[in-house]
Amino acid sequence: MLAVTALALLKLRNLFAVAMLAGIYSLLSAGLFTALDAVDVAFTEAAVGAGISTILVLGTLALVGHEQKKSTRSSVIPLLVVLVTGSILVYGTFDMPPYGDPGNPAHHHVAPHYLEESAHEIGIPNVVTSVLASYRGYDTMGETTVIFTAMVGVLLLMGGVRKRATSEMASGPASGPSDQELDGEPHQQPDGEEDPDGG
Amino acid sequence: MNVLGLVNYWAFIFLMMVGFYILISQGNLIKKIVGLSVFQTSVFILYISMGKIRGGTAPILMEGDPVYSNPLPHVLILTAIVVGVATTALGLSLVVRIHEAYGTVEEDEIHDLDVAEAE
Repeated sequence: MLAVTALALLKLRNLFAVAMLAGIYSLLSAGLFTALDAVDVAFTEAAVGAGISTILVLGTLALVGHEQKKSTRSSVIPLLVVLVTGSILVYGTFDMPPYGDPGNPAHHHVAPHYLEESAHEIGIPNVVTSVLASYRGYDTMGETTVIFTAMVGVLLLMGGVRKRATSEMASGPASGPSDQELDGEPHQQPDGEEDPDGG
Repeated sequence: MNVLGLVNYWAFIFLMMVGFYILISQGNLIKKIVGLSVFQTSVFILYISMGKIRGGTAPILMEGDPVYSNPLPHVLILTAIVVGVATTALGLSLVVRIHEAYGTVEEDEIHDLDVAEAE
């Protein structure tokens, strides 16, 4: 099902449908995460991947239009690159441990410690939470830094758009014949602009 | 070699490559960013499937002595999902900015405009 959705994404030219299918793809993968015992990841993927990402893409579409033009470029070279990369990755999996085997090396380093000791050391039943907030707290702090940086970047980029749009409106529709790129109704912009700030 | 234990990795590699193909073959910048997020999600599934133990359950401590799946990949991927959304937001705001400067989000047209301006 995921594969069908991904292939449909490739073929579709209407970007609204692409945004919706991307949300469906995220939701399907959230279901798969639940089946793979990762309930916390499933929550986050459903809320963030299927929710916020879709809103962000829709907000952008409101600003830039939603039809993709037919591409004239050849698709042979990308296909070749993808096939070569894919076969190298498949070759790499021959050294991977089999799926679901309890003897895999990943399950024998710190994971048993987290599972056995976190009840005494942290005192929270959800092991994922104790690892996230305590054992690997520095990771989470780094993540927060990344989000902060991204938000500052979004605000700087979008703030410029807003300022130019208002000065455009203030100077009246008669001026600026050279700015044909801005004729997509500057009034729309406040709607779409709130969304990237939320990310 | 146990081929059956590797089939799931191949499925995820296929998904990854579809995302990668969207990323490098499409000219539309929004489509590229959607392809990037398909790629990201496939990498997430790959990691989570490595943490699965057959017959295991979610790593929330319970009475009795059940087998828990490995919590460590879950934590790493939680961080990665949020960072992925941050990159998507930044990329989309760059797309809006490019649209403002060029009036299009098609890579070919942007290239043509650049060439025309250089002449």
